[in-house]
Amino acid sequence: MAANREFLYRRLHSLLGVIPVGLFLIQHLVVNHFATRGPEAFNSAAHFMENLPFRIVLELFVIFIPLYFHAIYGVYIAFTSKNNVSSYGYFRNWMFYLQRISGIITLIFVTWHVWETRIQAGLGNVEVNYALMENILENPFMLVFYIIGVISTTFHFANGLWSFLVSWGITMSPRSQVISTYVTLGVFVLLSYVGIAAILAFAL
Amino acid sequence: MMSEDKQVTLIVTRQDDPESAPYDETFKIPYRNNMNVISALMEVRRNPVNANGEATTPVYWDMGCLEEVCGACSMIINGKPRQSCTALVDQLEQPIRLAPMSTFPVMRDLGVDRSRMFDSLKKVKAWVPIDGTYDLGPGPKMAENKRQWAYELSKCMTCGVCLEACPNVNSKSDFIGPAAISQVRLFNSHPTGAMNKNERLEALMGEGGLAECGNSQNCVQSCPKGIPLTTSIASMNRETALHSFKSFFGSDHEVE
Ligand code: SF4
Ligand code: FES
Repeated sequence: MAANREFLYRRLHSLLGVIPVGLFLIQHLVVNHFATRGPEAFNSAAHFMENLPFRIVLELFVIFIPLYFHAIYGVYIAFTSKNNVSSYGYFRNWMFYLQRISGIITLIFVTWHVWETRIQAGLGNVEVNYALMENILENPFMLVFYIIGVISTTFHFANGLWSFLVSWGITMSPRSQVISTYVTLGVFVLLSYVGIAAILAFAL
Repeated sequence: MMSEDKQVTLIVTRQDDPESAPYDETFKIPYRNNMNVISALMEVRRNPVNANGEATTPVYWDMGCLEEVCGACSMIINGKPRQSCTALVDQLEQPIRLAPMSTFPVMRDLGVDRSRMFDSLKKVKAWVPIDGTYDLGPGPKMAENKRQWAYELSKCMTCGVCLEACPNVNSKSDFIGPAAISQVRLFNSHPTGAMNKNERLEALMGEGGLAECGNSQNCVQSCPKGIPLTTSIASMNRETALHSFKSFFGSDHEVE
């Protein structure tokens, strides 16, 4: 098994990006979307999530451990490639490059976001509610940072989903890979809409 | 008035030996009809004088078949890796820039050492083993449509273009590259070759194996033989995933 360690890590990296991290992303964006229905709706949804039983265990095993394994191993992967879009400007090569860039942006954004919300709440400095987000997003710099962060995250997930399908040998033929390009593009657009709508609801 | 005639300008990235630093040298050579990059280089060899009129050493490059089947003459021509024997001067923008492929160690000028590719083929056992102590008899017949399909994969000439184009084949990684992965697909689908199917899959699952592919798909865009490399990679992704599921707890299910 030792010889296969790299194979296992790589496949685990691909799997964890979708399950559970990608699924958590969708759930998180959907819950945020309550913000468009006003502060009470958002607060009660956030409250519900906060009061889930076994919350710490869920957070650790569904979010933080898989997320940071994916992130740290992903940074290692990103730095072992030698990007060459200037000589080979093909669509997929651009996606390959953007996947690495969006991965780094997403890691910075998510880490900051977790620090500002979950960790501060854990330290008892803030309470995670509508007012907190409203406060953060009042700052135009933070608003732009959050919008870029969310778009980068949804792109990274959608394009990663495309790669996931190839890496597990689910989409094999060029045609199936073209179709999955369109499907994942749709996922990107939809999730970006859901995420940005919530941000704007807090900010406006 | 020879010098007034049409000329071809070559800018060659040269290197005197594997250790020394590369430098550019420009050559102007008389144009002839239907020249390819190799005949232009032969002209330089015939008269090794650079564009400044200084005598220099002849440019070194590798070649074999001169008909795009051996892969030896690959180099970077105007920014893209390809075979110099089928790169026609009339179809190239001038000045023509020639450089050695950067993924492989340069031996001299445009000649590189592609040993890593041959080592990879050995690693994945890209052959059908038939040698033994007794006659194995004729192998099973292969269906004609399968033979035609396999022929496409068998066109690989180990030229190195797909490795050169791949962002994940570089000095920071030991990724085996697309060519050998596709060869595993070829030999695993051969009726006799399939007897060593799992050994090849396991080689692909080892260090530097197919899991290091990042799906940039430059290889399939670049392969001069039009080999469906990304389909082969996805197919081997499927095979190795299934193989790893089946043998996850060390089952002997896969012994054939
Ligand atoms: S797969 Fe194509 S590009 Fe790669 S080595 Fe073989 S012939 Fe060359
Ligand atoms: S000399 Fe054989 S491929 Fe060009």
